[in-house]
Amino acid sequence: MLEIKNLHARIAEDGTEIIRGLNLTVKAGEVAAIMGPNGSGKSTLSYVLAGREDYEVTEGEILYNGESILEMDPAERAASGIFLAFQYPMEIPGVATMEFLKVAMNAQRKARGEEPLTIPEFLKRVKAAAGTLDMDMAMLKRPLNVGFSGGEKKRAEILQMKLLQPKLCVLDETDSGLDIDALKIVADGVNALRSPDRAIVVITHYQRLLEHIVPDTVHVLYKGQVIKSGDKSLAMELEANGYAGIIEEAA
Amino acid sequence: MNMHAIPQRTSAETALIDAFGERLSLLPGDGEIMVRRDEAIERLKAGLPTKRVESWHYTDLRRLLTAVPQYDGSAKAEVLSPILEGSAVLPVLNGVAATNKLPTLDGVTIQPLAEKLADGSFAAAALDLYGNDDAVGALNTAFVADGYFVDIAAGTELATPLELQNVQAGGQTHVRFPVRIGKGARVTVLERQAGEGTALASSVSQLLVGDDAEVLWLIEQEQADTATHLAQFKASLGKNAKLTLFVMNTGGKLVRQEIIVDAAGEGSVFTLRGVNLLAGDTHTDVTMVLDHSVPHTTSTEVVRYVITDKAQGVFQGRINVAQKAQKTDAKMACNTLLLSDDGEFSVKPELEIFADDVQCGHGATVTEINHDHLFYLMARGVDEKTARGLLVKAFVAEVIEELEDEALVDALEARIETWFATHG
Ligand SMILES: Nc1ncnc2c1ncn2[C@@H]1O[C@H](COP(=O)(O)OP(=O)(O)O)[C@@H](O)[C@H]1O
Ligand SMILES: [Mg+2]
Repeated sequence: MLEIKNLHARIAEDGTEIIRGLNLTVKAGEVAAIMGPNGSGKSTLSYVLAGREDYEVTEGEILYNGESILEMDPAERAASGIFLAFQYPMEIPGVATMEFLKVAMNAQRKARGEEPLTIPEFLKRVKAAAGTLDMDMAMLKRPLNVGFSGGEKKRAEILQMKLLQPKLCVLDETDSGLDIDALKIVADGVNALRSPDRAIVVITHYQRLLEHIVPDTVHVLYKGQVIKSGDKSLAMELEANGYAGIIEEAA
Repeated sequence: MNMHAIPQRTSAETALIDAFGERLSLLPGDGEIMVRRDEAIERLKAGLPTKRVESWHYTDLRRLLTAVPQYDGSAKAEVLSPILEGSAVLPVLNGVAATNKLPTLDGVTIQPLAEKLADGSFAAAALDLYGNDDAVGALNTAFVADGYFVDIAAGTELATPLELQNVQAGGQTHVRFPVRIGKGARVTVLERQAGEGTALASSVSQLLVGDDAEVLWLIEQEQADTATHLAQFKASLGKNAKLTLFVMNTGGKLVRQEIIVDAAGEGSVFTLRGVNLLAGDTHTDVTMVLDHSVPHTTSTEVVRYVITDKAQGVFQGRINVAQKAQKTDAKMACNTLLLSDDGEFSVKPELEIFADDVQCGHGATVTEINHDHLFYLMARGVDEKTARGLLVKAFVAEVIEELEDEALVDALEARIETWFATHG
């Protein structure tokens, strides 16, 4: 589903290269975990996948279902089924969450040639999704993420993911800032989305989340490259021994 | 050479002076009123203000006022359906109060201004100009022909809003709305400035807000983008009076909206909120002078501009705090979203504070669309144009949603939608 080949990406503003020859393949139905120390380029990778303008791809390819997405803008990528749950979801004053959800869902439907949702159908879906995430509907009347706690923001990201039903889900440190109960709720939300035609990329630097969302593959990202890949036992090894050994081994 | 020599008159100045000669015999009122008119036209004869006049620095009226249309008595304007359903509408059509359509409301006395000017019961001092650079006042005082005099009795609580509807049909119109709001009255007034054609409209609203009264006054200016709209809103607040003024400019080619408020009663509260949507080749100036004249008065001003195309926006906000006006609390903010490279915005906040125990502050920002926010919305599949629209609307919605009346919020948001549909 996702094939990243020799990807190089830099910060557009100052030209600093962050992703330096990254290779990664994620198949449909797979849950892939990306782990790595702070600053290794995990969030940058997620932004590059989503098409954020602040980064420039200078070399390599990103193939999604066999086709390059590099020329697509973020909205086109999203409409094609790519979803990024942000590490730091943005607060957007003045845009009511409900209104935003409706616009986003209908924008994606429109891009796929589907009719907009009726208001009752829309409300039904939001209520159902919010219920499973233990979210208060009153919160959704507020401006998007404004004044939400860290945990509420993460839940709101998962809510959007549930409603938009993407094909490639990228979760960037969705576990950070969550207490254990919230973590379980969020993990259940993600697990519910596991399906043979969907791939999920879970970015984290703790093993903790992976106890709840058990990955098929684990990839260690360091200085903008995947330096080691393995199965879930690799995550356990990292938890026990830290990154130092693997970094040395790769050097 | 005399520095103050009057340069050759512009065609607009000449047209105004000629028009005064032609209209004179038709203008209502004599005696003291006529004296005021004469003084006013003398001011205009001295020339329209240029950018060298401080209060007109960003709106060089002499240069910008290029078209002064003829009076057009045959042009017809129609009454518009009110902004809020069920409002009592006081229409002025092409400069003339449409008296056959007047509502009757308990506690409210309504008189067409032409009648009031003619019958000698109008206090001519109300036509006095404000300071030395009052070109809007001078234009209006010289030519004012109609409007409504509204007197709201003490204690009146109006269940239905009043809509003062000033509809242009091209040509010149000069109207005035003197409004007296009695002690403890509670009213919502919508001042609608609308119409078609290459109009030159001057409009003055002047309020006396009685002690303990609560007023929500909304100016919705949606003139044609060929119109010149020169307007003044003047108010004096009694003890513990509350005035909320909401100004929304979404039209006009050349617009100057002056706001002159005196927080003259202790405990009075003035709130200004403004939304200005500017597009095309237009110029919109909102200029406020606010006096905190006595102790314990409060004001907040939040004025926002969205500027696209080659439009030019101006905000001047001056807050004067008198020496005895201790415990004044005044906060002013002006935020602008500049959407195009060719748009321009000028802002001049001024605080003149003579009291020492006060809390006063102001801030101004000019920003572009926030790219991070844009990315977030697009990352959810919202196309760029829609995402921009959402963010721009959010920027002004924050101000509009402060109005507690849901129907009013909806009506204004609908107006904004209309603007975006044509200019977004
Ligand atoms: N827009 C940016 N501007 C400046 N530095 C950036 C930017 N994005 C990423 N970086 C830098 O790139 C490196 C990788 O960052 P990031 O992708 O956030 O790492 P991770 O998510 O793995 O912690 C860090 O050193 C970070 O400071
Ligand atoms: Mg990160």
